[in-house]
Amino acid sequence: MDLVLTTHEQAMLDGTHGAGCQLAMRIVARTASVMGATSLRPISGAHIDSCLYHGQSGIDFAKRLVDGGAQVAVPTTLNVSSLDLLHPELYRGDAATGTAARSLMTLYEELGCSPTWTCAPYQLDDRPSFGDHVAWAESNAIVFANSVLGARTHRYGDFIDIAAAVTGRVPDAGLHTDEGRYGQVLVDLSEVRSDLLALDVAYPLIGHVVGGLVGTDIPVIVGLPANTSEDRLKALGAATASAGTVALFHAVGSTPEAPTVEAAFGGRVPERAVHISTTDLRDARDVLSTRLDGFLSAISLGTPHYSVAEFGELLRVLDGRAVADGFRAYVSTGRDVLTELNLRGWTAQLEHAGIQIVTDTCTYITPIIESPNADKSASLIMTDSAKWAYYAPGNLGVDVVFGSLGDCVESAVAGDLMRDEQDWADV
Amino acid sequence: MSERGARVIVPGTAHGEVLVLDEPLSFWGGLDAETGLIIDQRHPQVGRSVSGRIVFMTVGRGSSSASSVLAEAIRLGTAPAGLVMQEADEIVALGAIVADEIYGKAVPIVVVAAASYAAQKAFKSAKIELDGSIIQT
Repeated sequence: MDLVLTTHEQAMLDGTHGAGCQLAMRIVARTASVMGATSLRPISGAHIDSCLYHGQSGIDFAKRLVDGGAQVAVPTTLNVSSLDLLHPELYRGDAATGTAARSLMTLYEELGCSPTWTCAPYQLDDRPSFGDHVAWAESNAIVFANSVLGARTHRYGDFIDIAAAVTGRVPDAGLHTDEGRYGQVLVDLSEVRSDLLALDVAYPLIGHVVGGLVGTDIPVIVGLPANTSEDRLKALGAATASAGTVALFHAVGSTPEAPTVEAAFGGRVPERAVHISTTDLRDARDVLSTRLDGFLSAISLGTPHYSVAEFGELLRVLDGRAVADGFRAYVSTGRDVLTELNLRGWTAQLEHAGIQIVTDTCTYITPIIESPNADKSASLIMTDSAKWAYYAPGNLGVDVVFGSLGDCVESAVAGDLMRDEQDWADV
Repeated sequence: MSERGARVIVPGTAHGEVLVLDEPLSFWGGLDAETGLIIDQRHPQVGRSVSGRIVFMTVGRGSSSASSVLAEAIRLGTAPAGLVMQEADEIVALGAIVADEIYGKAVPIVVVAAASYAAQKAFKSAKIELDGSIIQT
C-alpha cells in the first residue's frame, strides 16, 4: 500500500516549505516505505544522534538542511558529540577532526535544536510522558523512552531523527502502534540468585544476556524486583541495545506497559520462553572483559550518562577517599546533571577525590582517556557499563575489565586491579 | 512477501563477491568506514572487508549511528556493493537512503525470505537487480 499524505505533508514534499524541509520529508517518506507505513503521525519532540561526527557525509547532510532553510518543528534535544565543550582540554584527538566535529554541532544548533549534548535526555527536567509520540535516536535513549517512560518512538537512527524533527512527522508504524509494542519473548529470571538482584552490577549483565538472547524481539522480563529503579532499568536497557537490537522491553511490575505478564503480551501466548541463570550472568561478566590481569590504568563510569543519584552512590562508595596518584578516573554525564552537582556542592568533592567529570561526550567515542603507559595497546580500563565494555575495545583499541561500581572505586583508590569475587562465589 | 519474493528497501543494482556475516554487525563500532574492515573484535568476521561485496546480514544491530557510518563508507567507496537481509532495518536503510539523496550513490538493500536467504548466501558472487532479484554470477 502506498503512503497517503495530508495536504500539509504533501506541501513539504513538494518543496513549498523550502528545500531543507523537502529533503527532510523525502527521507521521512522513504523511511515510511521501508517500515510499510501508509500514513504519517505528528510527534511532540525529538532527540538527535546525527550531531555526533562520523565524517564529511554528516556535515554535507546537515549543511543541505541548513542551506535549505530548515528548522525543527518540535522541541528537539541533542545527543553527545565528540567534544567536551565545558572541558575542552580533555580532547586528545587531532585538531582537524575536532574542528569538523564542532562545525557539525553548530549546524545542528542552527537548525534550532537545544544544545543538551547528552545520551540520557530522559534525565532532563522536560521529558516525554506516557503515550507521547516522539522521534528519538541513540539506542539507549530509545529503549528507555519506550520501556521506562512508556513514550512511543521507533528505533530511529541518524538522519531520520532530524528529518522527523524538521517535518514534525514520523511513519505511523512499528513501535508507534499498539500492535508493535506487545511482548514476544518471555525472559524468566527465577533461576537468578535473589541476593544478586539486590546489586546494581546484576542489571547491565542481565541486559547483556537478554540482548544476546532476543535479538530484535521484544522481551518481557519476569522476576525483577518490583519497582526496579530507573538507573537499574537504564543500565539494563542500554546493554540490551548494545548486545542486541532491543528498542523496547517490558519488566513485569516495573515498567508501565507491564502491570502483568498478560498485559505485556497483549493477551497472546509468548513466541518462546528463555531462562536466565546466575551462571549466565557470571559468563556475561567474563565475556565483557577482554583481559583480567595486568596493569590497570583507568576506570570509566557514566555510560549512559550518570544521573544525580548515581553520583550520590559514587560519593557514598568513595567515602571520602581519593583516587591513587597517577591513576585516572572518568565519569561521563550531561551538562544539566553537572549543574545540579554544582548546586549540591558535589563537583568540588568529586574533583577533590581525583574524579574527572566529562560532559557533552563519552569516553568511548572520542580520545579523552589518558593512559599512563604510553603503549596504547597495553591499556587496561575498568568499567561498570556493559555498553562501554562492549564498544570500547573496538573504538579505542584498549582492553577492558568489567566490574561493579565497588570494584571500580576500590581499583581507583588502590591504583590496581581489584575485583571482589565474593558475590560470584559458588556460581 | 512470497517465500521467493524479494522486497526492495533501497533500489539499485550491484555485483560482487558474497560475504556472509554469521552474526549481525553494528556498523558503528563494528565497521571502519575509512577502510571497510570489520573491527568488532567479538564478531566472527572481524578483520574481513565489506568493500564491494554483496553482504548477507540477517538483521541490523546496535547503535543508531550505524546510518552515519554506512553513509560515510558509501561516500568513501569502502561500503558493501549491496546488502541482502531477512528483516528490514530502518537504521541500516537510512545510511543508504541518505547517500543516495546527497551523493546519488545507490547501494541496494533487499529483504528476502529465510529460505531464499539460505540458498543465496551460498553463492560465491552475486548480482542484485533493480527489481530486487538476486542472481548467482
